[in-house]
This record gives sequence, structure tokens and C-alpha cells, in this order.
Amino acid sequence: MTPLLQVKNIKKLYGARIGCTDVTFDLYPGEVMGIVGESGSGKSTLLNSLAGHLAPDCGEVIFDTRANGPVDTVTMSEPERRMLARTDWAFVHQHARDGLRMSVSAGGNIGERLMAVGDRHYGSIRERAADWLGRVEISENRIDDRPSAFSGGMQQRLQIARNLVTGPRLVFMDEPTGGLDVSVQARLLDLLRGLVREMGLSAIIVTHDLAVVRLLADRLMVMKDGRVVETGLTDQVLDDPQHSYTQLLVSSVLQV
Amino acid sequence: MIELNNVSKSFILHNQGGAVIPVMQNATLCLKPGECVGLTGVSGAGKSTLMRVIYGNYLAASGSVVVGGVDVAKAEPREILALRRETLGYVSQFLRVVPRVPTLDVVAEPLLAVGTPVGQARDKAASLLAQLNIQERLWGLSPTTFSGGEQQRVNIARGFAYDYPAMLLDEPTASLDAQNRATVLGLIETAKARGAAIIGIFHDESARAQVCDRFVDVSAFSPKAAA
Amino acid sequence: MSDYSFAYLDEQTKRMIRRAILKGLAVPGYQVPFASREMPMPYGWGTGGVQVSAATLTPDDTLKVIDQGADDTTNAVSIRKFFEKTAGVDTTEKTAEASVIQTRHRIPEAELTEDQILVYQVPIPEPLRFLEPRESETRKMHALEEYGLMHVKLYEDISQHGAIATAYAYPVKVEGRYVMDPSPIPKFDNPKMEMAAIQLFGAGREQRIYALPPYTQVVSLDFEDYPFEASKADHPCDLCGAEDSYLDEVILDDAGSRMFVCSDTDYCRSRREAGHSGRLGEEAV
Repeated sequence: MTPLLQVKNIKKLYGARIGCTDVTFDLYPGEVMGIVGESGSGKSTLLNSLAGHLAPDCGEVIFDTRANGPVDTVTMSEPERRMLARTDWAFVHQHARDGLRMSVSAGGNIGERLMAVGDRHYGSIRERAADWLGRVEISENRIDDRPSAFSGGMQQRLQIARNLVTGPRLVFMDEPTGGLDVSVQARLLDLLRGLVREMGLSAIIVTHDLAVVRLLADRLMVMKDGRVVETGLTDQVLDDPQHSYTQLLVSSVLQV
Repeated sequence: MIELNNVSKSFILHNQGGAVIPVMQNATLCLKPGECVGLTGVSGAGKSTLMRVIYGNYLAASGSVVVGGVDVAKAEPREILALRRETLGYVSQFLRVVPRVPTLDVVAEPLLAVGTPVGQARDKAASLLAQLNIQERLWGLSPTTFSGGEQQRVNIARGFAYDYPAMLLDEPTASLDAQNRATVLGLIETAKARGAAIIGIFHDESARAQVCDRFVDVSAFSPKAAA
Repeated sequence: MSDYSFAYLDEQTKRMIRRAILKGLAVPGYQVPFASREMPMPYGWGTGGVQVSAATLTPDDTLKVIDQGADDTTNAVSIRKFFEKTAGVDTTEKTAEASVIQTRHRIPEAELTEDQILVYQVPIPEPLRFLEPRESETRKMHALEEYGLMHVKLYEDISQHGAIATAYAYPVKVEGRYVMDPSPIPKFDNPKMEMAAIQLFGAGREQRIYALPPYTQVVSLDFEDYPFEASKADHPCDLCGAEDSYLDEVILDDAGSRMFVCSDTDYCRSRREAGHSGRLGEEAV
């Protein structure tokens, strides 16, 4: 089986300071990988380097494209990369307002990616927008409301709908449940889990919340000071951590 | 089906002065299809640890843990996940589920994961829940709010939904009434009959005697005994 | 006359603007940046169009200036006078006699010919601006042909109003490549943009020039199930009786009586001179 994503020796420096370095891994179709670590550990830098938001200083991010097989997205042309970003990739931001157009209705937000890839039938765009609102548990009669009138949890779900409407194969998520109430988080996690399985998505989820990765991620990568200190099966890393930092991280979680 | 060779396991506590706690040494075990082995030994002897090592939840320090042709001690996460999906089932003592998911779907999930059609998976889940006396009006609710005994039965139903060729059962009959206990033992015997290799921990001696073909005392694997 | 450079601008500036115009013609619909000059009129009064006209005019040209179709409004009169004074060119109100026509917000009703140039005054040349405020980003979107956002605007129109409510400055796609703002002409005029004359667009404050060579394909954006419609008020002209021209609605008194008249004054006059007459034809003239 060809990995969906092959990451080789990714390094991103901010001047002399290390953002992340020596990151190498393969992600297979349908796999969900969590990246955990404290603030400043380089996990968001890594995610943005993988998703093409930051240009890594060295390394390869090889994606198995539908048309041409594995291609290095770091060296591909910008139009190709941006096309990938709105078709086969999706990016869920921590703050919904970074990932939504706040002045455009919910329906328009979901429809944008469809129109960007050439859908020109209003009725079918609207139908798909309504269908996706339902899938993310937003009432269909909110389709013409702007996201600014939505709660935080709804905004986040709308962002997910907007991203998944084109049926991407790889989803990058940056703290998708950050800043949400626990009850809203649970609903979102359940929703994400369902979508991941239903659509066979592969995902890379950056979070500092170990409970989130236990529920969502098949495997885990633990980062500290820009480097990967431990990787493995999620429950194995959490229940039998090998590296001293992971042990500290796991033992620092408050028991409920 | 399940083959352990010289498996050892120790915990290194980096944040407590690097203390090394050896818990298992030279564990060797071999199970054929259709065989059920009961793990014995005093509490703390390492029965659950051994199971977790086999399931890949704990990382073996050395040796090999081959289940269905995959060495769990060295396999990639996705290989272990595939193994857990298709070959190796595990009924733990605790139910861990996503909040909000209805009981019926919790039980059907292992079937859905291997691609069983939804209707068929739900039917199987429903029949297991009925067998284990979970009232039908609870099926649409999340098991997180259930009593301990109910949660355990849901856990067992989930564990037996898919016909795994190999199974790990951690105290499946603990705290069950006579009727449910009999149902669970029946499920185990059915699984054996279709050729499943089973490793179980049973504190209940009569249950142990009824389903196990032989016993392995894990104290033999404890580092002190070896020393 | 000799006190001014021909058409007010110095030769180097006109040369710079002509280069921008030629580049615009070579890449139809692409917004060419140019070093817009201060003109002796405020921004918003057609400084972009005036600079393009100045760089386009020759002493032999005949100039016509219209504002919303009319030759006799303040803006049109001032610009016409400006070029009479600084370039000494002939001016006309007759569409057919003009070789250069500067316009604000209309395309003349009479069909233009291959030896004419139509110069538009453009306030905001960037069609994506209201949806994407960052210039760096809109340039990238043009470069990469990422125009999904343009349809988001039309989608929002339909979802809010039940139809595409954009009635002027209706976005178009040029030769299947660049999405272009046609300046605030009514969408009624959009189909006329596939014409024989050269069309030049000047935005003074925004410092952009773009252009359409003759017979360039210009397609108004739409949805399959909400196709583009070149709409106008459903009346004939009350003065000349024309059924095919774009109309202005004029309120006549405090009682709310009104009339619809051609916005193109030259078209209306020439029809009346040819004997056509509308509902209020005789008395209103």
C-alpha cells in the first residue's frame, strides 16, 4: 500500500531558532495521527509546514495525488498546491474565524469550495450545503445566517462542513476542540470520529489535549523543543510511555 | 495463533530518578486455534500486564509476541490496528467509549470497522444485547450512564460482536449474576468451537474450570522467580 | 492652447500610459498598474478615464464625453471642456461622429465601429475586492485563476434576494481567463462589450488600466439555473418610444408621476429627429 503522505526530514527554522526539525513519518490512507506537545513544542509549525502554509527549510512532503501518484508538495508549483488545498486537503483552524468567511452566509461558506472547483448550479450547491449542515448537526434553516450569529461550537462544525464538502482525503486539524466547552467538545469529537470513518479520511490532528487524541487518533507523535521524542500506537504511548517527557506529560493530566 | 517467545517487560520511570521496575521476564506461551488458556497467579503477578503486552497496549522490552503472523512487539501502529480490527479481540474490565454514542452502535462498531453492512451489524448487536439481558429501551442511550454491571455486559457484547480468531478476556464473568455468567461462558465456548484462541483471566474458579483447557501461572514469568 | 502640453499631460507621462494601455490590450482583462498622475479634478470625477483619453487622443480626433449616457451633465461637460481647452480637439455629442468616447457608467446604444475607442472611468477595478480585502491575495487569485469567490458573491445574492441582484458592475470573464469589473455600467450593457471598438478602462485613484481589444469574448458570470439576464425597466422611452434602450426613471412632481426616458441622450434625440415619438413625446421636449 502506498502511504497517502510521506514526510521526510522536515525542518523549519525561525532564524536561528528551531521551529521543528528531523520530522519523518508515513501516513497511510484512513489513518488518524495525533501530534501532542506543549505550547512552543513545534507541533503547529510542523502542521503548517505540512499543509503548505509555511515553506519548510528542508525536507519533503510527498502526497499521493489522485492524478499523478506521489508528488512532493514542497516543490510543486503554487497553483497545484493551492488546488490540492481546496480539493484533496482540508484544514480546520483552531479559531473558526480563521477558517470561515464571517461576512458570507453558512450556505455560501460551504459552497465556496464547490464553486472553486467549477460547480455552477445554484440549486445543487445549495442542496449539498443543506445536506452538510445536517451532517454537522446545524439546522437547515440556518443556511442563510452568517457565522457571526453562530455559537463557537456551531462555527467549528460549520468550518468542518466547509472543509469536507469536496470530499478531501487528508484533513489537517489545529486544536479543533480548543476553546470549546467540554460538552460541545464531546459532540464535535463524536462527529469527527463518525466522519473520519464514514469518509475514510486520513487526518493529522495537533492538540495538547490527550483525551482528544485518545478518542480520535490511531497513532501518536509526541513533540518537544521542535523534535519528535516518541511515536507509536495512541493507547500504547499513553498507557506505556517510554520517553521521560511523555511520561511527564501523561502523568500531568488531571484525573476526572 | 498466539505465540510468545522470551518476552520481557519493564517500566522505566524517568521522572522518578530513572527507577527501573522489571515486571516480566522470559514469558513464553503458545496457543493453538480453539484453545483456551487461563492465566493464574496472585494479584499483581502480571496477568493483566501480559494481556496488555499481547494486545500491543504495553510495549514489550524484548522477545516476540506473534499473533496471527504479526509480531506485536515490532509492528507498525497500522499493522497492530489492523490486527485488532480483524484478528485480536480484547474485553477489558472497563468500557471506554465516546460520549453520546448509543449502546447499539457501540456494540456494532467492531462489525462496522470490518465493513459489515449497517443493518446486519445492528441485528447482531441487538441479538447479543438481548442475550446479555440489556433492556431494549436502553439500546438507544449511551452506556456511559449505565450501572457497572450493565457497562460490563455491553463491553462483553461488543467484544463478541465480531468473530475474532484470537481473544483476550480480562475477568469477563466478574460481578455477573448466575444467568449472565452462564450466557458469557456459552459465548466463550461457542468462540472456542469455531476455532478462536482465547487467553482469559478468571477469578471465578468454576468458570475457569468450565472453559479453560489449561492454565499458565504467570508467577513463573516474574523477574524474582527467574532470579 | 500652446500654454499646455497637448491634452494636459507631458509626453513622458502619456508614453508611460500608452505602454500600460498596450500591455492591457495584449492581456485582455488584466489590470496593469500605472503611475497615475494628479489631475486638476478630484478623484471620483474620472481622473483615470481622463488620463487614458489624454494618452489616446490625437489632434485629428473627435471627442465625445458622456456621464450616465448623457452629454449634458456636469461631469461630461467639464471633461469635454477640459480637452477642448488643453488639446484643442473637436468635440461632438453624436456617437457616430466621435472617434474617442469617454464614458461614465454607460455604453452608448448605437453600435460602435472598428475606428472608435471607448474609454471607461472606473472607480474600483478589482472585482474581488469586496470579498477579499487583501490586494496581495486578489492578485494571487487572478494569477492562479481562483475565481470561486466571485460565484460566492452571486450565490449570496440569490440566497438573499431570490435572484442575482447585482444590477451594475456585473462581473465578467474575459476570453475565458481574467475576471474583470466592467465599471459600474448597468448589466443591460454587458452583452454590448463584445464589440468592434477598442475598450479601455482607467482607474485613477487605484492606479490601474485594463483593456479589451475589438471582438474580445466577454461572458457575464452566472449559474446554470440562474442565467445572466440583461435587464432594463419594462417600459418604452416616454420621449422617443424606443423599446430597446436603457431607461432612466425621472420623478416629475410631488404627486409621484414619473417618466422613463433613454439614458443615452444622443440616441433619444436622434430617434426623435427621425420622427419617433413616445407617450410624452411632443410636450416634454
